[in-house]
Amino acid sequence: MIDRLTEHRGLDNFDLRYIALILAILAIGVLSIYSVTRGQHGGMAPYYLKQLIWIGLGAVAFLVMWASDYHYLARFAYPAYAFILLLLIIVLFEGRTSKGAQRWIAMGPLNFQPSEFAKLILVLVLAHYYSKAPRAGWLQRVIVPGLLVMPGLLLILKQPDLGSGLSFVAVYAAMLLMVGVRSQALGFILLFSIMLFPFAWEGVWGSLHDYQRQRIMAFVDPDYDPGGKGYHALQSKIAIGSGELLGKGLYGGTQSQLKFLPEGHTDFVFAVFAEEWGFLGVLVLLTLFVALIWLSLEIASKAKDQLGALLAVGIVAMLCFCIVVNIGMTAGMFPIVGIPLPLVSYGGSATIMTMAALGLLLNVKRKRLSLFY
Amino acid sequence: MVTVHPSESEFGDLHRRLFILRVGLLLVVALLGLRLWHLQIREGPYYRDLSENNRTRLVLLEPARGLIYDRHGVLLANNVPSFSLYVTLEDVKDREVLIQQLTDLLGLDPTIVRKKMTAKGSKLLPRKIKDHMTLRDATLVESHRLDMPGVMIQVESQRNYPGGVTAAHLLGYVGEISADQLEKPEFIDLHQGSIVGQYGVEKSYDRHVRGMAGQKSVEVDALGHEKKASVVERPQAGNDLYLTIDARLQKVAEDLLGQEQGAIVALDPNSGDILAMASRPGFDPNVLSRELTAKQWVEIVQDEGRPLNNRASQGQYPPGSTFKIPMAVAALETKTVSPSTTVHCNGGYQFGKRLYHDWKAGGHGYVDLHNALVHSCDVYFYTIGQRMGIDVIAEFGKDFGLGKTTGVELPSERSGIMPSTAWKQKAKNEQWLPGETISAAIGQGYVTVTPLQMASLVGTVANDGINYRPRLVQAVMDRTSGNLQELPAVPRGKMNAKPETFRIIKEALADVVVKGTATRAKSSMVTIGGKTGTAQVAALRTGPEESIPKKFRDHAWFVAFAPVESPKIAVAVLAEHMGHGGAAAAPLAKEIIETYMKLATQVPTVTSDLTGVSGPGRSAKDS
Repeated sequence: MIDRLTEHRGLDNFDLRYIALILAILAIGVLSIYSVTRGQHGGMAPYYLKQLIWIGLGAVAFLVMWASDYHYLARFAYPAYAFILLLLIIVLFEGRTSKGAQRWIAMGPLNFQPSEFAKLILVLVLAHYYSKAPRAGWLQRVIVPGLLVMPGLLLILKQPDLGSGLSFVAVYAAMLLMVGVRSQALGFILLFSIMLFPFAWEGVWGSLHDYQRQRIMAFVDPDYDPGGKGYHALQSKIAIGSGELLGKGLYGGTQSQLKFLPEGHTDFVFAVFAEEWGFLGVLVLLTLFVALIWLSLEIASKAKDQLGALLAVGIVAMLCFCIVVNIGMTAGMFPIVGIPLPLVSYGGSATIMTMAALGLLLNVKRKRLSLFY
Repeated sequence: MVTVHPSESEFGDLHRRLFILRVGLLLVVALLGLRLWHLQIREGPYYRDLSENNRTRLVLLEPARGLIYDRHGVLLANNVPSFSLYVTLEDVKDREVLIQQLTDLLGLDPTIVRKKMTAKGSKLLPRKIKDHMTLRDATLVESHRLDMPGVMIQVESQRNYPGGVTAAHLLGYVGEISADQLEKPEFIDLHQGSIVGQYGVEKSYDRHVRGMAGQKSVEVDALGHEKKASVVERPQAGNDLYLTIDARLQKVAEDLLGQEQGAIVALDPNSGDILAMASRPGFDPNVLSRELTAKQWVEIVQDEGRPLNNRASQGQYPPGSTFKIPMAVAALETKTVSPSTTVHCNGGYQFGKRLYHDWKAGGHGYVDLHNALVHSCDVYFYTIGQRMGIDVIAEFGKDFGLGKTTGVELPSERSGIMPSTAWKQKAKNEQWLPGETISAAIGQGYVTVTPLQMASLVGTVANDGINYRPRLVQAVMDRTSGNLQELPAVPRGKMNAKPETFRIIKEALADVVVKGTATRAKSSMVTIGGKTGTAQVAALRTGPEESIPKKFRDHAWFVAFAPVESPKIAVAVLAEHMGHGGAAAAPLAKEIIETYMKLATQVPTVTSDLTGVSGPGRSAKDS
């Protein structure tokens, strides 16, 4: 009874902190997008306005997820996965091409990127699988879910969208580790990966577009051709580095305000922010992210059942992976693979998906209070 | 084998794993923070220096437009380097001082320079201040570069037409993309300042010839001078076009028209290949492809001779007696007359209250179809026209392609008018009057045609009714693959008429030249068949031709094909205000045909003085 009452209490302190963190990060994103796209028109409306619209839609998705029941949602995991696979197939044939990759489906004036939503649905599928299936042997633990991941992964790599593909693998790996695979199994996987690496490398490398290979080569050897292949990497590093401690101030980022740094509002938005707000700004943003993830892990550890815990872990893994890889690539630590910074980068599909995922997390937390009734 | 945790302990184990995850996360974030600290704090000054002094900019590299050759590989359009002056406002110290310097150095108009510098746009991107600078001016600026930060000279490729006015209407010209064009989907990849074809083949084949822009990153120093440039993405040159025209024949055709206004079209009836298409007066596409001053533009547009108008495909004229060719086909095919049917011509044709004159006072006496064509007897055609009615005539006219565009690859082609009762009802909301059929029967009244349509028509007759769409481009050379893609001729079917009909008409057309109205087209070299025509300009004519002001004089037509036995060329000549077709136009057609026959035996040697051009199948590397 008491638990039911608490469920109806609405937002508690935790929720408020959680939502405040999300809003703060979103605000940083909109500000950076506004700064870097000043004077550019993004089609119908300025980018920052469009981003605000995405955030509005994301808020709706957040609320819907929050108000629903993840047990109920998990029941639709497989149909949803089938549907998103269908969309990914449609993208391959009908999708809009940009930079040689087909990732978008045009829906009227809007472009819709199924691979973003596929990530969240994958989390749902794996969580559902592990919470239901008998997990006696390594076959059920490793191979079967691996086969579940495969079609989506292959379709995304075919686009090719290296970033989303890697996120897929990361989610799978994280959930696998959470479910528990003994070191022997880990050793096995490691062994297999190393054995399969030449083949995988051939397959992955061969399916990449020139610009992607160049970006990766540029990472391996950035000084090889700083004006050419390493252009993005170098410009991004200059942008971040030149921000120094205090940054150049709003609109002050010469790197990003010029056209030096391409995709300043999407994949490289972190570099824009770091240039204009300096190391202090970066620390603030990193702290916000860490706090958000901390709270999310809190939810995971207090989830009432395995499904909830696995959902939370999967979502956290997905967010962590995107945040780390994105910041790492703009800072020249990783190759540039094209992953947006969650809640900060411009982009409708990614923003809505991330907010929906966070809503789902909060749902896991909410439902834990109605555990036994 | 692998052992897994028993499921009871799993949930408890989760917390341990989550703890490891937290520690791992903190470690990774710490690593990121360390990296950023390294970049921003330790190496911060270095990067700030780089960002302030070693600014790297992305600059678009305009692609070289594809080259255009004639059918034998003679160069008609290429690109030559030209110097443009750019200013990056961000790097300019004092704008007014710079304007003064440029004015002193190059004699530029300070108000124009000021206007360009204050125009909307990024301060950080170079903006064009002056193009087509002479080498001397460019060197002058280069030598004063240090005094003028932010100024740079850029070598750009400028469209060049080595033949000058030759084939200007066909080739067209290029120009900066307009604001309206930028909005259109076919120009989606382009940006402000892109050069696109604005007329002629340059426009209709722009997609092929345009190429794709590349990018380079340019490092500039604190003064805005280029220090180092490297190509990020190479521009892709546009594809080359091989036209169907023979540049030598084209030149002869244009020279024949000389200072007169008019058009000549020559095509190969067996393929629709346009061998020459001349329109006069012409223009110099080199001039139009540059940035024109408003005054220059007004001068061209307001020129009474309308030099930008391609009279061959856009000029619509009454066909006059050349229209008797489709009339004769219609009459034979509908069995309105047999070849032996005669009509008495006494110099006029009474219809209602009006007497329609024959051009020959006193008439031609009894004439059959053959003689009616040979001597261009109007009364004969008044008679058969009246018998057939306008709708039958229109049906055959349309079969010959009149009243609709030919589909040649040129912008703004006109269709002319093939009138019918339905047409008049629709266009004028009036009933067709029987008397109008009589005018139409000799190609006057509402009927209008373009010279291109008439060349195609006479070609169809020469080819026994087999018709091809007139075309200008025979092959496209893909610059990236080096493949020469030959475009096939476009057949448009066969006219539904008996071979006998065409034989009778061709015989008559041959006799037009041998002993009829066009004896001045008689050639000792080759047999020619043809038909004269005179298109009335002003209805009222009194006195001899010479006494009429030139702009009211008739247009002279001559359509022809040769050799009569196995036609290889079809020609239409229209000379504006030159009077009778037999006198003014026929000699020109003869000249064209003879030239073509002579040229057919000799393929031009493509010499290096045309800027080292390669012919079909040769190296694709030059640009």
